[in-house]
Amino acid sequence: MDSEAVDAGTVVLSARRISKSFSGVQVLFSVNFDLRAGEIHALMGENGAGKSTLVKILSGFEQPTSGEIILDGNPVKLPPNGAAEALGIVIIHQELNLAEHLTVTESLFLGREVTRFGVLDRKYMRSEARRVLDLLGSHVDENAMISTLSIADKQMVEIAKAISRDARVVFMDEPTAVLSREETNFLFRQVRKLRDQGTSFVFVSHKLDEVMELTDRVTVLRDGQWIKTSPTSLLDGESIAQLMVGRELSKLYPAKREPNVDEEVMLSVNALSTGYVRDANFEVRKGEILGFSGMIGSGRTELMEAVAGLRSRTHGEVIIKGEAVPSGDVHAANRCGLAYMTKDRKSKGLLLNSRMTANLTLQSLEKHGKFGYLSPASEASALERARRRFDIRVRDGNVVAGRMSGGNQQKLLLAKVMETEPEIIIIDEPTRGIDVGTKQQIYHFISALARDGRAIVVVSSEMPEVIGLCTRVAVMREGRIVGMLEGEEISEQEIMRYAAGLKKKAVA
Amino acid sequence: MSVNEETRAIRRRTWRDIDLRAVAPFAALVLLLILGAIVNPNFIGITNLANVATRSAFIAIIAVGATFVISSGDLDLSVGSMVAFVASLMILFMNSGAIADPALMLTAAVLFTVIAGALCGLANGLITTVGRIEPFIATLGTMGIYRGLTTWLSQGGAITLREPELQEMYRPAYFGSILGMPVPIAVILAVTGVAAFVLYRTRYGRHVVAVGSNSDVARYSGIPVNRVRTIAFVIQGLCVAIAVLLYVPRLGSTSATTGILWELQAITAVVVGGTALKGGAGRVWGTICGAFILELVGNIMLLSNFISEYLIGAIQGAIIIIAMLVQRSLVRKS
Repeated sequence: MDSEAVDAGTVVLSARRISKSFSGVQVLFSVNFDLRAGEIHALMGENGAGKSTLVKILSGFEQPTSGEIILDGNPVKLPPNGAAEALGIVIIHQELNLAEHLTVTESLFLGREVTRFGVLDRKYMRSEARRVLDLLGSHVDENAMISTLSIADKQMVEIAKAISRDARVVFMDEPTAVLSREETNFLFRQVRKLRDQGTSFVFVSHKLDEVMELTDRVTVLRDGQWIKTSPTSLLDGESIAQLMVGRELSKLYPAKREPNVDEEVMLSVNALSTGYVRDANFEVRKGEILGFSGMIGSGRTELMEAVAGLRSRTHGEVIIKGEAVPSGDVHAANRCGLAYMTKDRKSKGLLLNSRMTANLTLQSLEKHGKFGYLSPASEASALERARRRFDIRVRDGNVVAGRMSGGNQQKLLLAKVMETEPEIIIIDEPTRGIDVGTKQQIYHFISALARDGRAIVVVSSEMPEVIGLCTRVAVMREGRIVGMLEGEEISEQEIMRYAAGLKKKAVA
Repeated sequence: MSVNEETRAIRRRTWRDIDLRAVAPFAALVLLLILGAIVNPNFIGITNLANVATRSAFIAIIAVGATFVISSGDLDLSVGSMVAFVASLMILFMNSGAIADPALMLTAAVLFTVIAGALCGLANGLITTVGRIEPFIATLGTMGIYRGLTTWLSQGGAITLREPELQEMYRPAYFGSILGMPVPIAVILAVTGVAAFVLYRTRYGRHVVAVGSNSDVARYSGIPVNRVRTIAFVIQGLCVAIAVLLYVPRLGSTSATTGILWELQAITAVVVGGTALKGGAGRVWGTICGAFILELVGNIMLLSNFISEYLIGAIQGAIIIIAMLVQRSLVRKS
């Protein structure tokens, strides 16, 4: 194997045939992974490929279901909850773990403060903090409050913290997601410097260009399986993208149906900006399913929430069936026939302590009585209809939503949104966290809704889903729509090229 | 066979359906009645119980309003001060002699009081929602303001209804009876009935529960969250006004100490009644039950000889802690 050929150092930490299941669902299948001393190793894969699970297992935050972890040649059981730091294994989380009201020095020594005669030795800690920061070539003031630092500097403090704890293995989960280009360059310089001193890094990132630039080796996971480990120099962005996705579409999806080109435009979004999202343009026709793909954090949800009036837009317009909708007005959007189905069914979609009826009718109470009165009979019959239409299977009709399975919750949420009788439906992550059988059902519901003449937008991080359902796919990257794919162009490789920034807007 | 299974299933469901948290306050009420009967045979008499219920009217009615505020996830600490302030305004209005005809004057005063209460509630609601200030802090502020304004209006003394004719005409509003029932009890029943209808059978009530259990879900469902919360504060203000309408004919006088600590009693009644303090589940009848329990405990202590009545405050404080513990243990079981 080519991975054995390039010998850069001894193996520090490795995973042998690691498998992991969460409540019966297997997410890692006998994965092998080697990390050598003084290397930067990229861990790549689609959303849900098992990268974070592997990282958690290798840093002790999760225990493997089977398989072993080998540290310095000896099998070990890593202590849980970050105690692996004592062994020199440090994880830098995507969301930084720094207390805003401490100084840089206090943060570096948090939990292992140095004392003299029982009193904090602040002078020593300050000088030690300075030493570590200098080692990194960072100009961060050791007396500054964390809250006054830029995100890049905070990241630097996290790294300094790792160094000051004599870390030998550092896991970095999407460290550049929030950094500008210059900050990223600075970070990379420090990481290389530390690598040359013998520290090993595992770099989890979706950004292919950065992986090519920074890392020594790449391991690709797909659907919980180890696919390939190879020196980065032997690969290019294209081949990594290919490795990450290369699978066939199953027969999960109903037949696609293209809308006529002269169908009425139901929704058109012009030059919309909000928060992170810049200058988004798209339109959806009657009977069409438009897909939105892109990495997590590429701005898809922000964009859709702005379209649905759930967040106000700083610029641009939303036109529903020829009528301009005011910014940040959910009601106006609803009235015009647009409904948004959140991806976050547990915290934004359903009242988990309420029964199915209260959830189902929450968005459409006007339909169930006059002058604000609610008719229990009318609500009950709505529930009966919805249960039949969306095949919501519960034994007890009075069960609270929080006790239902994920699949049934998702069907209930879809039913709730459909109760408003929308003509344009934006569905964010239609099948997150549900089993494959229910997924298939939901795909068929979506397809049937489009056949009935509704315009549908599907936002999804699962590429096969977008490819299997949609006749057009928009790809977002860093807050912008960077590609609009149609027909034959819609493939995982092509989407990945746009999403990872290898290809930019080809379609106006 | 299948019919049999069906009925069995239904029976089992209805049995399991009984929510222990909803029943608990009523069970506690029954226990207290039994305890009271043991302590003193006079306790269980109609006269005594009617007295207790009448005396609980102020807290009960205020607590009905608090049920809305708490169900929507907020809290109103200002109700005790609001009672003092609105009652003072009402008496000053009647003393002003702006309208000569006493009947007309009384009608105008009632209207004036209702509007004053609603405005006080509206102020709380707007400060909380538009000003985006924690309800605890916002109403802590207005609590001081309403109390301070009362002290200023009364110049540290008392404000007394002077017009004897008005007094005479207004007295039955507290001391009279309707259908053989003391007026305050009739008012409690009417207010609670309306409140239960609003909370359980109207769109607004559903919105209150949705906002209180998860305001994000409410927002994503197109519910105007801030309006719902503000209206809950206005309902609280209206309930305070109704309590004032009963309070003024009783004593015909207010002072800076009127309604002191009533907010705590109202919150206790709501919590004892089974409404979750973190919002999302309102139980109007439970609240009334909670108010009765508070008053009954005081009454039993008066009628018994073994606990000093000076301990009433301590006992009421203990009740709220016990109620919370019971609620939590019931949540775990279900």
